[in-house]
Amino acid sequence: MSNVEGSGRPTQHEGAAQQDTSLTRRGVLGIFGAAGAGALVSTFTGPPGVGPVSLVSEAAPEVLVQRGSGWVGAALSRIDGPLKVRGMARFAAEFALDDMVYAALVFSTIAKGRIATLDTGAAEAAPGFVLVMTHRNAPRMQPMVPFGPNEKAAGNDNLPIMQDDRVRWNGQPIAVVLAETQEQADHAASLIRVTYEAEPATTSFAQAKANGTEGAVYFHHEIGDAEAELAAAAVSVDATYRTPYQNHNAIEPHAVTVAWHGDELVVHDASQSVVHNAWSLAHILGIEERQVHVTSPYVGGAFGGKFMGSHQVLAAAAARLAGRPVRLTLSREGVYRMVGGRALTEQRMAIGARRDGRFDAIIHTGTATHTRDSPHPEAFPFVSLSAYATGSLKTDLQWAFLDQVANAAMRAPGEAVGSFALESAVDEVAVALGMDPIELRIRNEPKTDPLNGAEFSSRNVVKAWRDGAERFGWAKRNPIPGAVRKGEWLVGMGCGTASHIYNRENGGAARLTLTSDGTVTVDIATHDAGMGTETAQTQIIAENLALHPDQVEFRLADSAMPGLVAGRGSSQTTTVAATVVEAKKMLVAELLTLIRADSPLAGLTAQQVGPRNAGLAKLDDPTRHETYTAILTRAKRDKVTVEASPDEPTEMNERSMHSYGAMFCEVRVNAVTGETRVSRMLGSMDCGRVINPKTAASQFRGGMIMAMGLALTEHTHYDERTGRIMNPSLAEYHIPVHLDVPEIDVIWTGIPDPHAPMGARGIGELSVTGTAAAIANAIYNATGKRIRELPITLDKLM
Amino acid sequence: MNPLTYARARDAAEAVRFAGARDATYLGGGTNLVDLLREGVERPAALVDVTGLPATITKRRNGGLLIGAAVRNTALAEDRDVRTRYPVLARAILAGASAQIRNMATVGGNILQRTRCAYFYDIDGSRCNKRTPGQGCDAIGGFNRTHAILGASSACVATHPSDMCAALAALDAVVHLEGAAGARTLPLTELHRLPGDHPEVETLLEPGELITAVELPPLASGARSAYRKVRDRASYAFALVSVAAVLEVKNGRVKDVRLALGGVAHKPWRAREAENALRGGPATARAFRAAAEAELDAATALHDNGFKIELANRTITAVLAELAGRK
Ligand SMILES: Cc1cc2nc3c(=O)[nH]c(=O)nc-3n(C[C@H](O)[C@H](O)[C@H](O)COP(=O)(O)OP(=O)(O)OC[C@H]3O[C@@H](n4cnc5c(N)ncnc54)[C@H](O)[C@@H]3O)c2cc1C
Repeated sequence: MSNVEGSGRPTQHEGAAQQDTSLTRRGVLGIFGAAGAGALVSTFTGPPGVGPVSLVSEAAPEVLVQRGSGWVGAALSRIDGPLKVRGMARFAAEFALDDMVYAALVFSTIAKGRIATLDTGAAEAAPGFVLVMTHRNAPRMQPMVPFGPNEKAAGNDNLPIMQDDRVRWNGQPIAVVLAETQEQADHAASLIRVTYEAEPATTSFAQAKANGTEGAVYFHHEIGDAEAELAAAAVSVDATYRTPYQNHNAIEPHAVTVAWHGDELVVHDASQSVVHNAWSLAHILGIEERQVHVTSPYVGGAFGGKFMGSHQVLAAAAARLAGRPVRLTLSREGVYRMVGGRALTEQRMAIGARRDGRFDAIIHTGTATHTRDSPHPEAFPFVSLSAYATGSLKTDLQWAFLDQVANAAMRAPGEAVGSFALESAVDEVAVALGMDPIELRIRNEPKTDPLNGAEFSSRNVVKAWRDGAERFGWAKRNPIPGAVRKGEWLVGMGCGTASHIYNRENGGAARLTLTSDGTVTVDIATHDAGMGTETAQTQIIAENLALHPDQVEFRLADSAMPGLVAGRGSSQTTTVAATVVEAKKMLVAELLTLIRADSPLAGLTAQQVGPRNAGLAKLDDPTRHETYTAILTRAKRDKVTVEASPDEPTEMNERSMHSYGAMFCEVRVNAVTGETRVSRMLGSMDCGRVINPKTAASQFRGGMIMAMGLALTEHTHYDERTGRIMNPSLAEYHIPVHLDVPEIDVIWTGIPDPHAPMGARGIGELSVTGTAAAIANAIYNATGKRIRELPITLDKLM
Repeated sequence: MNPLTYARARDAAEAVRFAGARDATYLGGGTNLVDLLREGVERPAALVDVTGLPATITKRRNGGLLIGAAVRNTALAEDRDVRTRYPVLARAILAGASAQIRNMATVGGNILQRTRCAYFYDIDGSRCNKRTPGQGCDAIGGFNRTHAILGASSACVATHPSDMCAALAALDAVVHLEGAAGARTLPLTELHRLPGDHPEVETLLEPGELITAVELPPLASGARSAYRKVRDRASYAFALVSVAAVLEVKNGRVKDVRLALGGVAHKPWRAREAENALRGGPATARAFRAAAEAELDAATALHDNGFKIELANRTITAVLAELAGRK
């Protein structure tokens, strides 16, 4: 492999991000996470001169894998489960504050222009009316700061929030109505009359492309001459793959309850970024960060859609005007109008191969819709950078700009849709070669990262393929398309590779308090949006401190806690694990200072002792042991508190680190109607150590179900004439329902990653990748029809 | 939602009286109407709750059934007589909505549920002749994958979404009505209108007229019936196309056939052309396909829904073949 142009740093785009040339691609993406990869990009559109700060440290890699009491790897049930089942977990919209009023929003119905008239008279006369806020009376506020070089920024756009009469997308909130009840607020809001002066808007993909696209430099890479290699290849596939708009549909709609106490703002949020949101609100409202307190103990799904949004800002501003606490819950329609989702993509995916299957060329280029202000690039080519060994590689991402709500990150942004193209094309090459698609993938298994030659920290996807194939019964698959039929149903099997980049955030920090009763409390401002963070972290703490989970209290999602750990990029578990490991080290050191001459541990150094059995022991002589309670009691201390933050995350700068999966699927396609039903799925994962098999399996299953939606049903009906979303409801926007979801089997290699904290890599987004292609490939095997446009609805198969 | 008054009627006469006095809308299970109120599509001043009206299913002397308008969808689908004698109806109901919605929904409300056209629901952002006569139709140039292929007009391309009604249409159900002018009956197939120039007028009901019951005539003992619904996911999605069929085959020939389609027109669509082509002829796959084609000869496609013509063809053919084959 030659000429590694563009590996590592931007090659051709002007912009501040270039200033820091020490950034490796790994470093950059590692820091911002896949979800935040666009953060870099936002520096192009933001003010010049602000580049990402280098976070690459020269620190020697540390062996972070720990051995302990066995809590890591135990299938613990969710700690929060009983509370949720009994309805006792309080979500953001369930805080009933004294004197609270309810908010309802009015959304624009044009995509671009200005508000000409806005008549609130009837609303103001409606029963229960308290206040209406529009651009005319909203307090002056700063726009949000999008994800980017500012590490506390977590906005989705940088647009003014109700500061002027401009309309920038169809569905923009233009009025907030407060009333004594939700029903009264909704009714009053429905009485507001608005007229607009519309301006020409770009609301169609064709128009946006015709206006001219712009390249997203971080995703432009060229190794060798891929076009020439493709042209010369013995076998090639060169096709266009399309994926549609998709929207977030967390079960809990976005909601916030806010109250001002003087100049201090208390925010009960539904968030995956509490500290970011506290900082953001302070910045936007012009107060100090310490004056904002954001908590979000329970979140009903986030998936990248619950970072900083304008609804929190509107609630805080309206509460200020009204002088009363406000609850603002987005309607389901409101989520569609205000939050954004996956961008539409049109991808050119080409692979050139030799007769023996080896790839000489991979080309992954194309266009995604985007808004000028969005930090989320829908970076589909990203997935092709480290997937397969190839003689040449070319990736590129162009943006076509629309006047629409800014994209949000949506679980495995970029990779979910990019892997559909890549893994479908690999299947097409296998068909062209008459080769088994698994063998083809294994044949192209890279020895080092194809882009920059970095070593893999741990890559066992071949084992995942072999194990999965055996478990799924892949050998029984008939490779001839359309050959298996049961009654009206054509049966097929398909597969695809899942991969997701490893991330660890830089902001891990914890406060650990050990009390003399032998219990420990750990505070980290991290998040549990239903994934099981609280449970998994409790296990990690128990493991590290040799305690029972009952002796551990893990507290999270409070902006007053240490840490800057957004729930993104599948990085929370690794970030928190590294933090806990560090806190343990500090605790041991601290405890040793308390050791007295009469202790069995007297005279030992931090290197010689470690947590054992609810206390410390000499590592090579566990009989020299003293419980935490004894240590503290002897020292007459009620408690010991340490604050810790781990070393900067450099492990991914030096290596290529990803989680992987071999995704299998069996479908039935009705020969009469074209209806597809997924009948079996298996995810065979390679994700490092699994902290909790129960919550991990749920994560994988959930991701595979989400990918079923991506493959078969989900489609935001964005009316290109008006830029209006026409199906903002769970009745008309089809996510898979129970009856669509078959038994889903999940296995994993269980091989710990020696370079990841606790040996664990991220798993949150992994299984959304590769799976849609596995389904499409199964459909091809069943029917002989290659569908390159999602969702694969029945009309495409008739 | 607009403020309104609410009253619960004890019997049909009271319901009609309340409705006449208050310019009211009848409220069944509310699974459709309450959504329409919330969205502001409908803004009645008063609701008259008719779920307290008779909810009984009684056998008629002729072997048919009389089903009270307040019977819940779930109760109807679980009724023994319905399941054994009119399986097409039980299956159609169970193919619709979700268990929770079926538990609430009533027979009367199901019949009069309104279209799911997204432009009809979007009162602020879209034009709709059905909602605001003369305003124009944004569905025609917009998302119309689920819209009508039969009987549509340039004013409206919406469909009637009910599964149950397709079965009722195939069963020659008769709707019992009561209004200010007294009681009357209408065949279900004549209750709903095609849109023409007045898509806002969806039925032949007089203002304030109440559905009190639905009557099913007896089915011939040799008749078999089936319902097949084609949709975008396995459950909880409206029909793209559905077929309700009753078929009686004797000596390889079609003695009687009644066929209705759901999801294809502004009303439950009785496929008379296909029936005429089949009656007395051979019960073969080829004849079924030819009959389906005869019915769909008049079908027209919008931008997104052309596939529904072929889908209807195939589904009709498959359902008839299945009914004939099982004999
Ligand atoms: C998410 C969702 C999915 C659905 N999916 C399906 C589906 O797949 N298939 C399907 O067929 N249906 C489906 N439905 C529609 C459902 O079947 C209807 O909402 C239901 O049947 C309506 O019955 P109801 O008693 O709740 O009517 P209501 O909502 O109470 O009333 C509907 C209309 O009927 C009128 N009305 C009610 N009773 C009488 C009466 N006795 N006389 C005169 N007028 C009356 C009301 O004034 C109103 O105009 C779905 C609905 C929802 C919300």
